[in-house]
Amino acid sequence: MDPLILLFALGVIARLARSDLRFPEPVYEALSIYLLLAIGLKGGVELSHQDFSDVLPPALAVVFLGFSIPFAVFPVLHRVVRLNKADAASVAAHYGSVSVVTFAIASAYLERRGVPVESFMSVLLALMEAPGIVAGVILARNAGAKGASVMHEVLVNKGIVLLAGGIVIGVLIGSEGFAPLKPLFGDLFRGILALYLLELGLVVGGRAGDLRRAGLRLIGFGILTPLIMGMIGLGIGSWIIGLTPGGAIMLAVLMASASYIAAPAAMRMAVPEANPALGISAALAVTFPFNVFVNIPLLHHMGAWL
Amino acid sequence: MTATTHRRCQLTLIAEYMLESRLIAVAAHHGAPGYTVHEVRGGSFAADGERFRDGAGETGRTIELKVICDRPVAEAIARQVLDDFGGNFSVRVMLSDVEVFRPAKY
Repeated sequence: MDPLILLFALGVIARLARSDLRFPEPVYEALSIYLLLAIGLKGGVELSHQDFSDVLPPALAVVFLGFSIPFAVFPVLHRVVRLNKADAASVAAHYGSVSVVTFAIASAYLERRGVPVESFMSVLLALMEAPGIVAGVILARNAGAKGASVMHEVLVNKGIVLLAGGIVIGVLIGSEGFAPLKPLFGDLFRGILALYLLELGLVVGGRAGDLRRAGLRLIGFGILTPLIMGMIGLGIGSWIIGLTPGGAIMLAVLMASASYIAAPAAMRMAVPEANPALGISAALAVTFPFNVFVNIPLLHHMGAWL
Repeated sequence: MTATTHRRCQLTLIAEYMLESRLIAVAAHHGAPGYTVHEVRGGSFAADGERFRDGAGETGRTIELKVICDRPVAEAIARQVLDDFGGNFSVRVMLSDVEVFRPAKY
């Protein structure tokens, strides 16, 4: 069993059992800063050995995909899940953007099984964070929402600053410059990710009530969307962009994951009339566990056929 | 010896964390002399399904912002906050009388 998943499960159980276990907010904040920076730095260092022309086609593809996903899922959310247009736009943005922790878990999962992955995946992660949120804002404006302009916040949110900043620093310093940082940002990564997952389990456990209110249609959406997006991502990654099976699996995971940090914050301000509990509950309490427990192993098996 | 004190108004806003920079901008716009802000936790037992603010994630965090100023300034800030954010965000607005020692500061 994967210790990351066991710690996540412990968090969920502790919260459901009403344990007094909770992380102080500054610790949670520090853990997320560490994870984002570590992913960025390690990606940048690996990228420093890479020819940039190899990165361009997949980079353009993920920006397009991230921007397109909300437009694809919006009609489903509005007509099938029966959300009003503001709620549908807000939830759609969550699914266009990505989950950094799902990415980290999938990377660890493939690494443990010896599946090689292209070194530029963290660049794709950083690039795919914002376009989905921008698309969600456009959908909300088209639906008549009158929220604040959030473009500045979307583009300089801490996720993008730390990921992109880490990548640039990683490219500049290369393996040699990274060596003194490796004990902290390399060796400790898995352990700190485990701590973060314990906290995330606590948060997900606390969202059980939201799920009951969200209803079966939204829960179904939270399961079927990553399943379908994952398959599409696998196909695009493998047959159109020409990634290795490991790279196609990671692209599929990016497409299947939903944001529960950047998107909720941005959409709260961009579409204030939308119910913020819907997007975060679907992304965090349904899609995140589904991806971790079912979809990543499933994509791994399907990737083996490529 | 009794210290001389002066009456001022304290505006207290309890609101979603996401609103912090916007609330501060409203206070500055109306001429508030300064502010204090800190994070708090809390919830609502209202039957209208209002969200329990559990502190998880940025959208679940809550701040308390205090401004000490003259009453007309406090009222102007309160009115704009309620107009701009009262409809769709969790915001509580309170005014209270306080006594200060150095009136020039407020």
